[in-house]
Amino acid sequence: MEHLISLFIKAVFVENMALAFFLGMCTFLALSKKVETAIGLGIAVVIVLAVTVPVNNLLYQDLLKEGALDWAGLPNVDLSFLGLLSYIGVIAAIVQILEMTLDKYMPALYNALGVFLPLITVNCAILGASLFMVERDYNFSESLVYGVGAGIGWALAIAALAGIREKLKYSDVPAGLRGLGITFITVGLMSLGFMSFSGVQL
Amino acid sequence: MSEVKKVLFGPILSNNPIALQILGICSALAVTSSMSVSLVMCVALTVVTAFSNLFIAVIRSHIPNSIRIIVQMIIIASLVIVVDQVLKAFAYEISKQLSVFVGLIITNCIVMGRAEAYAMKNGPAMSFLDGIGNGLGYSAMLIIVAFFRELLGAGKLLGVPIFETVQNGGWYQPNGLMLLPPSAFFVIGLVIWALRAYKTEQVEEPEFTIAKNSRSQEAL
Repeated sequence: MEHLISLFIKAVFVENMALAFFLGMCTFLALSKKVETAIGLGIAVVIVLAVTVPVNNLLYQDLLKEGALDWAGLPNVDLSFLGLLSYIGVIAAIVQILEMTLDKYMPALYNALGVFLPLITVNCAILGASLFMVERDYNFSESLVYGVGAGIGWALAIAALAGIREKLKYSDVPAGLRGLGITFITVGLMSLGFMSFSGVQL
Repeated sequence: MSEVKKVLFGPILSNNPIALQILGICSALAVTSSMSVSLVMCVALTVVTAFSNLFIAVIRSHIPNSIRIIVQMIIIASLVIVVDQVLKAFAYEISKQLSVFVGLIITNCIVMGRAEAYAMKNGPAMSFLDGIGNGLGYSAMLIIVAFFRELLGAGKLLGVPIFETVQNGGWYQPNGLMLLPPSAFFVIGLVIWALRAYKTEQVEEPEFTIAKNSRSQEAL
């Protein structure tokens, strides 16, 4: 249990998806102008990560890993090279299913998240979390905790950046830095701040 | 001919995928701490973008509109698997350093963005060139960033010492911050500033301007 809690804290702060590994940067920079949209997108990412990482974990551990097909009488088969294709397929399918389910049963949430869901398929943070899960060889419960933690960390980072950008719009920035340039520098400073967590040993 | 030139070299300065279109930033930040790694990344990305554009353009009129994203994804993912396996076979050390970022070319917005914006509407030959052009634009940005980060952070270029560092009895005190992740943001921010100072039409409109002070004594 303690191990899982420390994994969660590590995924949220120390190994923050956006600020320590720069994943999901395109949407991170493009959709962080308003706090409201940022929080909506953040929640969508948490939900999708919490579902896709454990599902991909099952896929990897039971089908793709070397020797995983032992139960089917094929102990020497190693399908891990098919990983990339299957993870992105799973992600695209789950996002689609999630969209249809929300549309049917929770129309209010669907209206709030609707625009962001298709964007999430191509968000590197989602595929990145699955690839890190494979690289670090997490088991099922670890991957569930890691998925939720990574999502919350990313949501936290985009909400914070949106808050800063809402204030920053009133400041007098040099012409060439306006917009994208100053956002890059702001994110750099935020990332510097998040680096202070990197000394935390859990 | 001028069309070819525009498609091929336009993305380097006037329509840079990173600096203007905000595409493909994730990997640009993470792999730029050394030149050799970023060169490999540039080649990988250019190859994937060019060929995915080519294949998507070839079958573009046969893809049903409702499942086009999945079709594009499968083409891109297959190409990335090829690149990944080639790197593992011939450049194992660098492939280890790139870790998950080769796989993340799949979700690199440049590849998807160009497939969606260009290859779905144009013929195979031009799409191929467009892929190479955008790959070059991405590479130019990555190489500039990696140049500054490796030179200032370690005093080396491509692993060859340029500035003798203090540890080796030289004069240069390496700036460790340049090797850390946040410096990539600062360098790209400054490069964007330089680019926009040169190409002023890329400057963004301010969302908010301070109204002129109508009564001068208020400021006193």
